[in-house]
Amino acid sequence: MTPPEPFLGDTVHTPVRHHILSVLVENKAGVLARIAGMFARRGFNIYSLAVAPAESDARFSRVTIVVDAESAPLEQIVGQLDKLVNVVAITDLSPQDALERELLLATVPVDDASRGRLLDLAAGAGASIVDVDGAALTVMLAGTPGACDALERSLESFPDVELHRTGRVALPRLGRTATHEE
Amino acid sequence: MQLTGAQALIKSLEQQGVDTVFGLPGGAILPVYDPLLDSSLRHILVRHEQGAGHMAEGYAQATGRPGVAMVTSGPGATNIVTPITNAHMDSTPLVVITGQVATASIGLDAFQECDITGITMGVTKHNFLVQSAHELPRAVAAAFHLATTGRPGPVLIDVPKDVAQSTMDWWYPATVDEYDLPGYRPTIELDEDDLDRAVALIAASRRPVLYVGGGTLKSRASAELLAFAERTRIPVVTTLMARGAFPDSHHQHLGMPGMHGTYAAVIAMQRSDLLLTLGARFDDRVTGRIASFAPDAKVVHVDIDRAEFGKIRRPDVALQTDVATALRAFDQAGARPQPLDDWWREIDEWRERYPLTYEEPEVDGPLRPQHVIQAIAETAESGTIVASGVGQHQMWAAQYWPFEEPNTWINSGGAGTMGFGVPAAIGAKVGRPDRTVWCIDGDGCFQMTAQELVTARSEGIPIKVAILNNAYLGMVRQWQEMFYDERYSEVYLSPDLPDYVKWAEAMGCVGLRATNVKEMADVIDEANAITDVPVVIDFRTDASEKVFPMVPAGASNDDIMVHPSQRGAR
Repeated sequence: MTPPEPFLGDTVHTPVRHHILSVLVENKAGVLARIAGMFARRGFNIYSLAVAPAESDARFSRVTIVVDAESAPLEQIVGQLDKLVNVVAITDLSPQDALERELLLATVPVDDASRGRLLDLAAGAGASIVDVDGAALTVMLAGTPGACDALERSLESFPDVELHRTGRVALPRLGRTATHEE
Repeated sequence: MQLTGAQALIKSLEQQGVDTVFGLPGGAILPVYDPLLDSSLRHILVRHEQGAGHMAEGYAQATGRPGVAMVTSGPGATNIVTPITNAHMDSTPLVVITGQVATASIGLDAFQECDITGITMGVTKHNFLVQSAHELPRAVAAAFHLATTGRPGPVLIDVPKDVAQSTMDWWYPATVDEYDLPGYRPTIELDEDDLDRAVALIAASRRPVLYVGGGTLKSRASAELLAFAERTRIPVVTTLMARGAFPDSHHQHLGMPGMHGTYAAVIAMQRSDLLLTLGARFDDRVTGRIASFAPDAKVVHVDIDRAEFGKIRRPDVALQTDVATALRAFDQAGARPQPLDDWWREIDEWRERYPLTYEEPEVDGPLRPQHVIQAIAETAESGTIVASGVGQHQMWAAQYWPFEEPNTWINSGGAGTMGFGVPAAIGAKVGRPDRTVWCIDGDGCFQMTAQELVTARSEGIPIKVAILNNAYLGMVRQWQEMFYDERYSEVYLSPDLPDYVKWAEAMGCVGLRATNVKEMADVIDEANAITDVPVVIDFRTDASEKVFPMVPAGASNDDIMVHPSQRGAR
């Protein structure tokens, strides 16, 4: 009997039903582990996660979590998250009300034949070239998750690409309301 | 006033009104044990850290006040993870203090180092790694606040050795604002619209059931429950965690629901059109197969923890508040169901046809475990507290002990921790020295934590332990008999090894044995007469006895199996 294939991950970048939780947390040791641990033990899927100090107060950080609302009801995820003592406030952004951006960096080995094709591709995608040497170019795109997905797919035609994405950050679109949980 | 961190820690505990700490010292917590000598705190020296944790739980469940345990780093800390998990599952308020290696050594794999805050992240309500002596009073005050408010639970404070040894200017937070918990808001205003909708659902109901869970005890809502139930005539079921929240002798009480609940309680929930859910969480042991649980029932769910809403069963109305507040609000709004005479006629028929039952024991033995429990209960003074381990004996105790008042039943519900009984009974007796405390235990459970009877004897804590000795891991044996074709795998323990009477005596306790009904009555009388030292009784019970009714795991509650003597009558 052949052993089952190991799980190789899936390459879908946007879950079918995702929500963006903008979570204000206390800036204390272990807070990220508390959040990640809660998601892991409850079987909730984190799709992407970004952390940075909060704008106004050094006591707090802002965690932007893209959650897969298929893995559990959103109110369950928010309810369990809210129980973490270090979580101060949760803002729930539905995708249509959110302005989402993500940063993509990719180093692409090129030769004389492929260099031009890459430059065209980058220009078409609105990406910029941020580093160059004789054998490779580094491309940067700050854009919507969809734009980053598209560029990533286009780069699949180049061999040995090293590609990193940050996970998205989000704010409510102007004039739209987000659900705040204090 | 300059204090060491250790002194500040002890003084903070005193400030919180703590009277008892269950613990065991070791290297990293050594500095804290020194000022203990000058303190009014009573310290109970346990023989294993797990015992300290379960004692603190028993103390908390018996008194309603938080239990406190203190242990050292590394293995001391990991040994208390089981009680912490247990308290987390059963929402028991606990404050656990662990020693930690010095801050400069953290992360360097120092002797007896372990990342206990990391380990317990998922099984505590919250935990703290204290970074300076100055922060200790705040951590203690915040820990007690977190453990006892909202949905109660265990909180751990990890204290590095150098923090305990360094000095600080004494201070103590005066108000909650100084606890530095900006993300913690345990109390919520009752939503009036939701209340109106709940009252409307009650008003429309013809077959309501009060599904009473452990949150009812936590919110000390027994008086409100009695008043509401009597005014509305709604039938009551009390879950394993809520036994005692409503008097068993009350004619409106149908008993315990769930896997080993009474027929009337299980079926009343199945046929109900409204489950008034009070601090209960639709545990799988209560619901059976969730898809077929109470299919026609609307659900009003009262819980202080909103994450319980819709976790298992979607409520029609969710009220995020404590049970006492909700019941008072229902009463104020004059909530009242439709006339319940038809409903009660049905329920009474179920009660009459399928009461809890067992076969009478033979005169020469072996004993029937249910009979032993009833015999102890008959001679026990009112208000007796009962603790148990986990397994068949626990279910029989929950079924057959007549609970009349809150906080008299102490058991491990959610986690199902074997060995819980003896230390929990000790903790309960420490918290309520005025009460008689019986531990109804199994032989398998007893062997896990019996060494704490040494603690009980040396600290003068006279509990009584009834071992229902069927020489088996009985619940597992029952499943193997019923669901694994009587293929008994690793469940036999022997009735004589160990010799429980000699073991009890070796631990300074009185050891007794009963093999038949006559001896049973005698040893119970003898045990009742002993009030100065712990007593252990080895009751030799029938190994083939099984817990009924039973809903097999994963089955629908409609498929409840009643006692064999009642089958065919359906």
